[in-house]
Amino acid sequence: MIEYMKEYRIGPDGKATFAIVQAEDELAAIGMVIGAGWAGARSMTATAGPGISLMSEFAGLAYYAEIPGVIWDIQRVGPSTGLPTRTSQGDILATAFLSHGDTKHIMLIPSSVAECFNMASDAFNLAEQFQTLVFVMSDLDLGMNNWMSDPFEYPTTPIKRGKVLAKEELDKLGGFARYKDLDGDGVGYRTLPGTDHPAAAYFTRGSGHNDKSNYSERPDDYENNMERLNRKFETARSFVPRPEILKGANAKIGIIAYGTSHWGVIESRDQLRAEYAIETDYLRLRAYPFTREVHEFIEQHDRIYVVEQNRDAQMLSLLKLDLKPELITRLRSISHLDGLPLDARSVTDELSTMEGK
Amino acid sequence: MAITPSAEPKTNHIGLSVLDYKGGKTTLCAGCGHNAISERIIEAMYEMGVKPERVAKLSGIGCSSKSPAYFMNRSHSFNSVHGRMPSVASGALLANRNLIALGVSGDGDTVSIGIGQFVHLMRRNLPLIYIIEDNGVYGLTKGQFSATADLGSKLKSGVINDLPPIDTCGLAIELGATFVARSFSGDKRQLSTMLKAAIAHHGTVMLDVVSPCVTFNDHEGSTKSYKYVKDHDEALQELSFVAHFEEIDVEYDPGTTANVTMHDGSSLRLRKLEEDYDPTNRIAAMTRLSEAHDKGEVLTGVFYVNTKAPSFLEMLNLVDEPLATLPESMTRPGREALEAAMEELR
Repeated sequence: MIEYMKEYRIGPDGKATFAIVQAEDELAAIGMVIGAGWAGARSMTATAGPGISLMSEFAGLAYYAEIPGVIWDIQRVGPSTGLPTRTSQGDILATAFLSHGDTKHIMLIPSSVAECFNMASDAFNLAEQFQTLVFVMSDLDLGMNNWMSDPFEYPTTPIKRGKVLAKEELDKLGGFARYKDLDGDGVGYRTLPGTDHPAAAYFTRGSGHNDKSNYSERPDDYENNMERLNRKFETARSFVPRPEILKGANAKIGIIAYGTSHWGVIESRDQLRAEYAIETDYLRLRAYPFTREVHEFIEQHDRIYVVEQNRDAQMLSLLKLDLKPELITRLRSISHLDGLPLDARSVTDELSTMEGK
Repeated sequence: MAITPSAEPKTNHIGLSVLDYKGGKTTLCAGCGHNAISERIIEAMYEMGVKPERVAKLSGIGCSSKSPAYFMNRSHSFNSVHGRMPSVASGALLANRNLIALGVSGDGDTVSIGIGQFVHLMRRNLPLIYIIEDNGVYGLTKGQFSATADLGSKLKSGVINDLPPIDTCGLAIELGATFVARSFSGDKRQLSTMLKAAIAHHGTVMLDVVSPCVTFNDHEGSTKSYKYVKDHDEALQELSFVAHFEEIDVEYDPGTTANVTMHDGSSLRLRKLEEDYDPTNRIAAMTRLSEAHDKGEVLTGVFYVNTKAPSFLEMLNLVDEPLATLPESMTRPGREALEAAMEELR
């Protein structure tokens, strides 16, 4: 990373257009990300499960004060130090709601190195569009093992910096209210420190605040703000990466998986067809919150097997929170827990057994 | 009836009046040292002609950390989490190096929960003015001792502190801060002068300001009460400051006064009250602070100044313009760069 930055991000005057800091710990790392995001720079850090735990308090601040930033979680096996050299998808539930109070976060879930590359820029665009943290949920298998990949494609999406008011816009407006939902999407307009306008400043805080970011403990201010944050999260549902869907022939059975489970699942589908004549449709999740397609996929199938690399069926639990009650009973869990990358055979064996074959 | 036209409001050298630096109404206790510090900050920023829009105020949690709401409303402010303001300030300054960053913390926020981030901030020499509003107690939670409370200091309830204090100034000097001073919220002249010099300094300024808590720590037996500090205040120097834009220079005697030329061309004059105290000598500064502890003095003054050390921004070799607002042409390398990188990986 540092080598690429030195090669491609030095300006004509020989000076760096980037800053890389080795922080003393994960609290400082996320604090720096949030400070830089507040001041208007794109900023990120990468960690694993224990670091995610340490970042919990700051994650709540970024959610509530609405500050963009990107955090990569290279998931390994927990709890605690767990199996630090092994892979898992065990941080999904904790990261979705990381921090105290009603907090929730956008997560992107890559399954290949090429997708990591694409999601790296998607994550920044979403973080700035929604003024919030975006967690990219990679895993140790993807992050530390060698993978084959086609060359990455040059990004065609523009860099989107979100709703930021500059001096000229403030001149026209005369002022602004930081957390006012002018557009109905739950996202307010922000200004960056250093903006040369006497009405640009506002007071960012993790304590209760009103539209203008003034301190407030009024019940209506609190409730309105929390409802708006929810509205913002609902808006994000339509902007996060859509799932990849692979169809079988008139399949009644659906499989939902994500991340590196993908590779074992596509092989398992071939085994299921060849060995048991079980046809499956497959949806690969790429983000949380779940998009419309995820709900439709579940509605279209009698039984859904959610394949994941953790004990507690964490993604299945998240789906349950989203689904209509009558759809929840369609979900079945296939959990893979040995710290090794998911193999096709274990999915084939378990799914075929559960199908009574 | 005769009307007396009001005089033109007094303005500073960038044409702003002191009202342009005001903040919200304080919610701290009447007589709290922190309110006096806010006043001095307003004064120093006004007199130095700092544009409020260039200032970023950063704080953690506690009485001290609420105070940025009470000065300079035209500056962005970030009241972050307990003890972690240094990392937020670091990120903000790296994103926009043109900001004049003012961190306001307290003794609880810095020295207990925040000691880890404080220590690493001091090592980096980031251009940040870090103020500790130091009252020796946790004022928001009924006045428990903090880690700057002196041995033997007494709470209102009669509890005696039996743990040694952490000296933030000694620590900051040891770790690499390049402007380290201690003042008293009741010493207008000294604190104002220090703040002006702090604005002129491009590196980490660590300013510990003893700021009595009138509600929980201003009684007989406290070593951070107004009376105790006034009785035990030992000033190292008499300070004066000549800003770079001030035309009239005052003569000084190099035999009795040390002159430090600050980064922006201003001069900090330190008239020695103690013979041979050299504020550019780190080891002497640490020795003198240790002596003060042993003698029970509240030693104030500029303990250490180093205008030669590179700042963190220089070490990182950052471009002159803020990283936050670089155009896409400078942040997204072209197609050929990606193709070359891919080719190398084949």
